[in-house]
Amino acid sequence: MSLTSDNAAGPLVDHLFRHEAGKMVAVLTRLFGIGNMSQAEDIVHDTLLKALESWKFGNIPANPEAWLYMVARNKAIDLIRRNKLKRKIDNDLTISLQSEYTLAPAIGELFGPCEIADSQLRMMFACCYPALSAEAQITLILNVLCGLSAKEIAAAFLTQTDTINKRLYRSKERLRKENKPLDYPGEHEILKRTETVLKALYLLFSEGYCSAHPDLHIREDLCEEAMRLVILLTEHPKTNLPQANALMALMCYQASRLGSRINDNGNIVLLEDQDRSKWHKYLVEKGNDYLVLSANGPDLHEYQIEAAIAGVHANSASFDDTDWQLILRLYDRLVIITGNPVAELNRCIALARTGELSAAVEKMESLSGISDNYYYKTSLGELNYQTGNIAVAKELFEAAFLQANTLAEKELLQRKLELCCF
Amino acid sequence: MEKFMYLFRGGGRLNQSPEEWQAQMHKWYQWITSLQQKGTYVSGDPLQAAGKQLSGTAKVLTDGPYTEAKEVVGGYLVVLANDIDHAVEIAKDCPIFEENGHLEVRPIQKMG
Repeated sequence: MSLTSDNAAGPLVDHLFRHEAGKMVAVLTRLFGIGNMSQAEDIVHDTLLKALESWKFGNIPANPEAWLYMVARNKAIDLIRRNKLKRKIDNDLTISLQSEYTLAPAIGELFGPCEIADSQLRMMFACCYPALSAEAQITLILNVLCGLSAKEIAAAFLTQTDTINKRLYRSKERLRKENKPLDYPGEHEILKRTETVLKALYLLFSEGYCSAHPDLHIREDLCEEAMRLVILLTEHPKTNLPQANALMALMCYQASRLGSRINDNGNIVLLEDQDRSKWHKYLVEKGNDYLVLSANGPDLHEYQIEAAIAGVHANSASFDDTDWQLILRLYDRLVIITGNPVAELNRCIALARTGELSAAVEKMESLSGISDNYYYKTSLGELNYQTGNIAVAKELFEAAFLQANTLAEKELLQRKLELCCF
Repeated sequence: MEKFMYLFRGGGRLNQSPEEWQAQMHKWYQWITSLQQKGTYVSGDPLQAAGKQLSGTAKVLTDGPYTEAKEVVGGYLVVLANDIDHAVEIAKDCPIFEENGHLEVRPIQKMG
């Protein structure tokens, strides 16, 4: 699913190398064990370089993936035959690897489409090892499963390559020490662990969605990667949970607006001013489908409510047609389930939209633990502006201006401040 | 039109990430495709790094090339061009130069 449609004509699909890198690292780590992950990474590295050297004189194979898998498979067989792995293989495959009759077929099977997806999911659980910080989990996912280098991850997060390198090194060391087979969590644990995975993917998506990175493509890439991995979860019976479908719905709805949120000059365009004809219809429909799929569980999950709210926006013909009463009721539920002050903040904004402007301001001012938040100041400023408290609004916009992270945010507040001066 | 052989030495990977390797791959693809569209391209193949050398009256067999990596021929291309200057002109767009590699242009000897 490509959010951008500038697929440069060529025999290789966009991101083929890095996506295949992620798949092959997952498969080989499934084979070797997580303690030997660095050797899996070395094989993948060599395989891709061999592809580059072999294909560049006009000989790109008809099925590049199959070519890569064959090379990687042979390198893996060679390593096992020559007993060159740093740690002994200790998993359900061990027995098949000890006989020449079964060695090659067993490894070949791992490169079938279902087995690849299976290995990627196992790897996802490994990357979201609970002892690692959310930051470390996302960084690992991007590096191991999405094939991004430390430099590319650093660019996406606007941080130093060195920082990412250190974080990757430490996280991989941590996983290596565990040296467990790359496996699914046990039945009693899988629900909780899937939550952690979903949370990490949600953060990854938000990183792409919220950051006004100067390079639009990096933002979209992060969103696309997060969606690609959530789709993997929804396609496997073990992880096809209501909350996974709900998160996918939420991402589809939000992604449908990606292209409309920043105008040609790099300025933020607010929801009410966005050209809805530019919203990605296909993604809105996909969102609707996933939202329906998410509704087969006994409990209401926060992602379902968030998706439902995003769905109301995505399916409204215009800003004025938005059913704010419905959105308000959904936020009521969200606040009860999460107790999250950001949910409360958004509930106040919805309340204001239903016409209860002064009640919304009053409620917002009573919220605790969020008054330093940039969005809080901007939103409260906006509500004050609407009620005619221009002086208060101006003060809040000025405070928010100092906290704004990006040029686009600063410009938005600059426009608000100018309105306050008329 | 005359036939020329391009011999490629050195070059290779520039960068550190799969995405960058693919971008590099794409440049080669575009160059080769442009040669094909102009009717310049005849054939081309990569050569493996490993090989054997036979030499002298004794036919001494050694492994190798085993010269420095940048001196090993990594691949060849046969192209059609008007003359050597034209063949050189065509070669100038090759991505190997961005990789700090080396391209040798040799006219293929016509017999008779």
